[in-house]
Amino acid sequence: MTKIHISNGHIIDPANNIDQLGSVYIANGQILSVNEPPSGFTADFTIDAIDNIVCPGFIDLNARLREPGQTYKGTLLSETKAAASAGITSVCLPPDTSPVIDSQAVVELIHDKSEKAGYSQVYPVGALTYKLAGRELSSMAALKQAGCIAVSNAMAPFANLLVLRRAMEYASSHDLLVMYQPNEPSLSNMGCAHEGTFATRYGLPGIPYAAESAAVAQCLELVELTGCRLHFSQISCKRSAIKIQQAKKYGLAISADVAIHQLHITENDIEPFNSVYHVLPPFRTDKDKQHLRNSLAQGTIDAICSDHQPHDLDAKLGAFPETEPGISSLETLLPLMLRLVKENEINLSQGIALLTQNPANILKLQSGALTPGFSADICIFNPSTHWQVNDENWKSEGKNTPFWGEIFEGRVMHTIQAGKIIYSL
Amino acid sequence: MIDLQLNSEGKLKHFLTIEGLNKEILTEILDVAESFSSMSSQRVKKVPLLRGRTIVNLFFENSTRTRTTFELAATRLSADVLSINIAASATSKGESLLDTINNLEAMFVDMFVVRHGISGAGHFIAQHTAPHISVINAGDGQHAHPTQAMLDMFTIRQYKQKFDHLKVAIIGDILHSRVARSQIRALNTLGVKDVRVIAPKTLLPQFVENLGVTSFNDIEEGLVGSDVIIMLRLQKERMTSALLPTEREYFKCFGLTEKRLKLANPDAIVMHPGPINRGVEIESSIADGPQSVILQQVTNGVAVRMAIMSLVIQPKGNVS
Repeated sequence: MTKIHISNGHIIDPANNIDQLGSVYIANGQILSVNEPPSGFTADFTIDAIDNIVCPGFIDLNARLREPGQTYKGTLLSETKAAASAGITSVCLPPDTSPVIDSQAVVELIHDKSEKAGYSQVYPVGALTYKLAGRELSSMAALKQAGCIAVSNAMAPFANLLVLRRAMEYASSHDLLVMYQPNEPSLSNMGCAHEGTFATRYGLPGIPYAAESAAVAQCLELVELTGCRLHFSQISCKRSAIKIQQAKKYGLAISADVAIHQLHITENDIEPFNSVYHVLPPFRTDKDKQHLRNSLAQGTIDAICSDHQPHDLDAKLGAFPETEPGISSLETLLPLMLRLVKENEINLSQGIALLTQNPANILKLQSGALTPGFSADICIFNPSTHWQVNDENWKSEGKNTPFWGEIFEGRVMHTIQAGKIIYSL
Repeated sequence: MIDLQLNSEGKLKHFLTIEGLNKEILTEILDVAESFSSMSSQRVKKVPLLRGRTIVNLFFENSTRTRTTFELAATRLSADVLSINIAASATSKGESLLDTINNLEAMFVDMFVVRHGISGAGHFIAQHTAPHISVINAGDGQHAHPTQAMLDMFTIRQYKQKFDHLKVAIIGDILHSRVARSQIRALNTLGVKDVRVIAPKTLLPQFVENLGVTSFNDIEEGLVGSDVIIMLRLQKERMTSALLPTEREYFKCFGLTEKRLKLANPDAIVMHPGPINRGVEIESSIADGPQSVILQQVTNGVAVRMAIMSLVIQPKGNVS
């Protein structure tokens, strides 16, 4: 396999406490060494990374790739290609595909197709309940054996708390991580926007904080009861973060992530009735946004994910409440993270850890770091290159982003996955 | 979005919401309505302003009163009117909202009057119609019902002349009311500083005070000294969705009775967008009493809708 030498780059590897200029040496798809030239190493290929940051490839805890089932919105090929262009080397695919990821066959299909595509590594997340119906357990042991990295019910509700309890107990019997997106459906009550001033003004059905924070509180009780390893996905409000912080302090084995756009957009930014802002959980208030940002710095929230949901044009063509929720967001993940650094919310090393080391730890992956022997998953980006979100630059099939037309700072130059260059600008 | 309603000269092109319209535009509507108003009592009730123009009433939700006043208004402006009840038509055959609009557009219409159950439907249609077509929102979801709000403003001006020092109380289901949202915006724009909303918490939206009102959970407290009392219709389904216990208890706590009316100013007027639930929101004797202007509202509805239609219609030259 190709031997690669990345030279002159600014290496940031939070897991190994590296933050310095230097070289990375790659052979056989693995990291060989950082800075120390291995004896007798002759590179087949050298990447001059001058003025660039060299860091572990990003691990996205939640991205819909739309295949199988909704290939008119995106495919494993189109979306992993977009991920590669965004420096993302690993993607967790939630189980709400069609068919649902609740059998070995579907897991194998996803593995085959994504390997054939040859871009980012796809980690299927298995269904926590059969057909995501929230009533019966899925065959979790078989799903784990087939290669599911975790289990989740995606955005589908549970029939009752007993099912959730049993599912958590069963998952933990197989040492499976449960990913849980907190939402009490009876309280969110078919809403489409945060229950606040914006929804009141425009007469949109609202989703209160409590729909999320009440679900967090209930789930925390079940974590305590079952001893399940649990990850909260895409939390959106201050009340949830406070509860998670308290539970962590108390010693529960939990983690949490936030979708990148929640750290930048609030209900005040929504252009009235513009459906690209229709997302679940909904955009909250300035207070929530600031608290989520603080929670990153303090470590209450462990990771940032894209919560990528590409859509076809028709899905967003309609009156706001009738459109499908979700934002296409793989390609804005890095520049929006860099914006947090620029706004002094976190430092660059923290920002990179939130996209690499921390999600790797949550998933127990031997990845997310430039440790010798680890898979050579690397992102090389220029933090000061400007680019515009437009047809020329955008890779995802879904163009549903509120950032369309915006000019960002920070652009991926090369992405390497398992020692293979999967993207170069 | 706000610009969507106005053309490059700042004149009305669509009429979708009161939001974004200034006092001058609202006053112009009231003034033009005034001139049409005197016409209704004449023997010949027609003017040729919209002769040769085609107006389509698109009602995705049932309505008798609003649809008939729009039909009447269009007829009196000499337009050709077509009313389509979509609930029983195309969309039930799986045709999308946009396809329906495109099909009608192909028949060379000049204006759509739209009522729809989803908030923002009027905006969506206005964004996707051909440039020569005007859209009037006849009620969208829980968002806006701006023509109703304007006829209410017209009625208030008729009885009270000026808006500045008025105290206006709106009583009932504010949470689900597009009428209330548009009324509040119109009252604020026209200069009313004291707008009160009165309802139990289950029928008040979160942060309602940010709309520019004071909220009360006690009707007697809220009514004191008011000049205008606007009652809202209570939908039956509020009882089955755990927002209220019974109609009887609602009337007991929030119904407008003769006794409560005495708390308002002696010359206060009582309004209701209709249809009335007698004995639920309002005592029959008040609805039919001397302070009620409920039927006057209906009469004014025609003149105000004529005014809005004549103001938004695009000059003929623009038709491609």
